[in-house]
Formats: sequence, structure tokens, C-alpha cells
Amino acid sequence: MDINCETIEHLASLSDFSLSDEEKTSLTNDLQNIIKYISQLDELNTDDVAPTYQVFEMENVWRNDEIVKQDANREQLLALTKEEKDNQIKVPKVL
Amino acid sequence: MKIANKTVTATRLVKDALEKAKHFADYNIFTFLNEEGALKKAAEIDAKIARGEKVGRLAGVPYALKDNFLSPEGDTTASAHILEGCASPVTATAVEKLEAEGAIMIGRANLDAFAHGSSTENSYFGPTLNSHDKTRVAGGSSGGSAVAVALDIVEFATGTDTGGSIRQPASFNGVYGFKPTYGTISRYGVVAMASSLDCIGFFTKTPEDMDLLMSIAAGQDPKDMTTLPDYYNTNSKASPVHKIGIIKDFDNDVVDANIRNALKDKCELLKSKGYEIVELEMPTLKYALAAYYIIQPAEVASNLSRYDGVRYGFRSNDSSNLDGLYENTRNEGFMPENKRRIMIGNFVLSSGFYDAYFLKAAKARTLIIDEYNKAFSKCDFILTPVSPNPAFKLGEKVNDPVAMYLEDLMSVSLNLAGVPGLAIPAGETAEGLPIGLQLVGPRRSDKRLIEFAKEII
Repeated sequence: MDINCETIEHLASLSDFSLSDEEKTSLTNDLQNIIKYISQLDELNTDDVAPTYQVFEMENVWRNDEIVKQDANREQLLALTKEEKDNQIKVPKVL
Repeated sequence: MKIANKTVTATRLVKDALEKAKHFADYNIFTFLNEEGALKKAAEIDAKIARGEKVGRLAGVPYALKDNFLSPEGDTTASAHILEGCASPVTATAVEKLEAEGAIMIGRANLDAFAHGSSTENSYFGPTLNSHDKTRVAGGSSGGSAVAVALDIVEFATGTDTGGSIRQPASFNGVYGFKPTYGTISRYGVVAMASSLDCIGFFTKTPEDMDLLMSIAAGQDPKDMTTLPDYYNTNSKASPVHKIGIIKDFDNDVVDANIRNALKDKCELLKSKGYEIVELEMPTLKYALAAYYIIQPAEVASNLSRYDGVRYGFRSNDSSNLDGLYENTRNEGFMPENKRRIMIGNFVLSSGFYDAYFLKAAKARTLIIDEYNKAFSKCDFILTPVSPNPAFKLGEKVNDPVAMYLEDLMSVSLNLAGVPGLAIPAGETAEGLPIGLQLVGPRRSDKRLIEFAKEII
């Protein structure tokens, strides 16, 4: 698998990064090396093996249909944002 | 563990810890010192003791909190620029449990940003220095926690371990470091890295202290649906240990000769105490690192997509629209290693590559679990090195991600399988650098594992 500039730009867009040209060059090199390393998994025979996505032993966990008290209130949470107006978080225009 | 009582006050213990923290300031251990808050809590505990009231099992014990645990004392930064200024109104369940027993947080400990790294050099606040040699790394990602305990600033420290982030820095600094069975301690209020792998654990100077902390922290939490009911304090009498496995596949030149010799010495000690040493073949383990560096970045990419500068933390100023705000904030706020992992994660999950990488790694994970199950049918515990080498030089690997990832060669398979591992000090190299070995047990053998550690001191 070759990582080229186009792949890096695609991944940067999936990742929401505005990379500089210098970063694109170094990431191309780094990702190439990392992908070469992880590709050694190709040697491992996994035919007829089921995947494991998590190792928690319990399956469905039900809880009572009750409202759980939250640790933080609206004021505390809004205090963490950079700009706030009328109890809303302010951001630049969407378009 | 030295706790406050009628002869030693909590205030004295906290003052001593704060003084030591300042004395060792050049090691860059703390991102925040909790002077005011810690002294206030100490005074409260001393007043309780003076009134003859009951105090907890950790009364007045100073500790270091890895800076990816949320609490209102100091900003929770995860040593990342993007979380700058986050004074959390929420307290992690693990912190609540420790403090309910009277433990006092004297500072937040440095880490690789978002726990991405094996040296603490990826911290926005700069690296933490090794406790035995200031030209070397502390290990990581919980480097600050390990050094705070190793330099005797605090009695214990919290850590998180996704692929070795407790065990490797513990071994680099000559202290105990424990990663429990997956799901043993609540992760509520801890900055998520890779959710199917992340575990909370501790650094201590003795197995006895580790046992005490585990008995306090373990148990189900309604705020974390991936916590197991408390088995740590309820297991009936553990069956005796007879057989210790060693992994033949790790006995090669990849591992430093000092570490291989330390392992051989411990095996001799165990034999002299009547234990049987069993040689294990675990050929799939050599693929664990590749599987880990697919699964972990995939989960990192998902977990770190929430940081966008809108609701909390750092926000880039020069953006004309919302997309620009996201992109500039994330680009300026993340460290290079964060970006590598997010991009690798998005690569292995993206259409066209999912089957070849992510699915393949998830299948490898099954084989690794099977291999551990088979191994534990032949022995009670496994003894292995923690990392292939002792603490390396600052700057030696930080610009070579694959070389840094290889640090995790012998630690990540435990996280993939969800089994517990205890890093134990095992002497020093000729140069005086600490060596660590790792005791691995089957799931839920945590208490038995910690008790067994007393046998190999």
C-alpha cells in the first residue's frame, strides 16, 4: 500500500485537519512506515476466525428507566466554552 | 502506606509531598500542583482525627493524579493543548472513591498528550525525566505518575493503561504498576483513548499498597456500563499457585540481555521456592503489536473526533466559518503523534481498507485471546519482560513512530485479551537503570496475582 499526497489529503479531510505542506510530507513518510509495519498481519492465517471487537464479558446491561442526576449543570458547562450568548454557544457562520 | 494518625498529621504529609514536588521541579512531573486544595483537605482530616471521628483507609495519603482524570481541582489537560483551560465540573468515579477514603491529590501528573506515547515526550508541556537518569525518558504514557512515586514524592499515583502505559513507565522507574482485568475499575470521568482497551490502574512501592488501592477502586459503576461487578473483594480463597509460564518466543536478541538475565534469575528464585517453570510457545503474540496499532488508532480516531473547540478547551481564533474552526482548532491543538494515530485510524476504518486492516486485526485479537486461554491451561501465571529495553535516551525514538511503537511489543497483548498484568521491579542494569518484569494472569485473577508478587521479591 503506497501512501501518496492524495491519500494524506483524503485522510486529513476525514480527520478534520488543516495540514501544512511540511506536515503532509512528514505524515506521508510516517504513515507509510506504520502501514508497512501493521501489514505484517497479512502473514497470519485468520480463515474461519470470528472477529473480537470488545472483551467485556457481560452482554446487554439494562438499567431502570429513570433520569440519572447529572454531575454538571448548564452554567458550569457553558462556562467552559470560549464564546457564549443567551445561554447558547457562539461559533462562526456555518457556510 | 504512611497514613495520618495521632503521631503524624495529614498536614505534615501533604506539606512534605508538596516540598518534594518543588524540590524535583526540574523533572517536569506535574502539570499542576494542588497546594491550596490539598492543604485544605489535610486540615479537614486532621480536625476529624482530633475529634476522634472515623477516617478512611487512605487518610491524609498524598497521591498524584494522572492528568487525564477529571476533577474540579486544576484543569484536566491530558497534557494536550486542545484541552487547555478545561476545569471540569465532573469528578471521575475512581477519584471519588480514593478521596472518600481520605487520599489527597497533591498534583496532576504529566503524560503523553491523550496518553499517546511510550516516553511522555509527546506531552504539550514537555517530557518528564527518568527518576534514575535525567538524560533518559520516564516511559509513558503515565511518565509523571511513575516518577512521582519513584522519587518518593507521593505514596501512590493513578494511571491509565491502553497498551502498557502503566507497566512500562513503572518498569523504567523501578516501581510497581498494575493494569487490572478489563472492566475492573470505572472509567467514568477519564479521558477516553481506545475504549475496548483502556484500563485504570495504579503505581505503588509495594504489592500490599496495590492490593489496598484495588480493593478501594474496584467495582461496578452505574456511570460506566463496562464495569464488572466487584469480584476483587468477593473472590473466595484463591487456589494455590504451582506453575509459572515463560514465553519462549520472547527469549531472543530483541530483548536486552540485562532483562533476559533478570527473568532467568527470577525463574531460579521461583524454582528454589518450589514452583514449576513451564515453557510456553505463543507464536501469535508477535502479531499483537500490529493488531494493536490498527485497533487502537481506529478507536482513537473515533474517540478524539469530539474535540473541535466548540464546547470546551482551546479554540483557534482565525476561522471564517465553522469547518475552518474545526480544522484549525484540531490542527493547532493536537500533537503530531495524536494526528498520526487519528489518520491511521481513519485509514484502517475507511472504505476499501476496513477488511484488510481493521477486520483482520479483530480476527487476530481472537487468536491472541485463544492463545492466552491455552497458556493458562498449562500454568497459573506468566512471567515476561515488560519492554524490550530499559529506559532509553530522550529524543532517541520520538521522531521514529515505529521504533517508539516497538516499545509496546510485550505489553499490548494483555490489553487485546483484557487480562491483568503487574509490573514488578526486578533489579537494575549494569548502568543502574531499573528493570521491570511483568506477571500476567487470567481474567479476574487480579487479587491472586498481586498476592503472588510478594513471592518474587
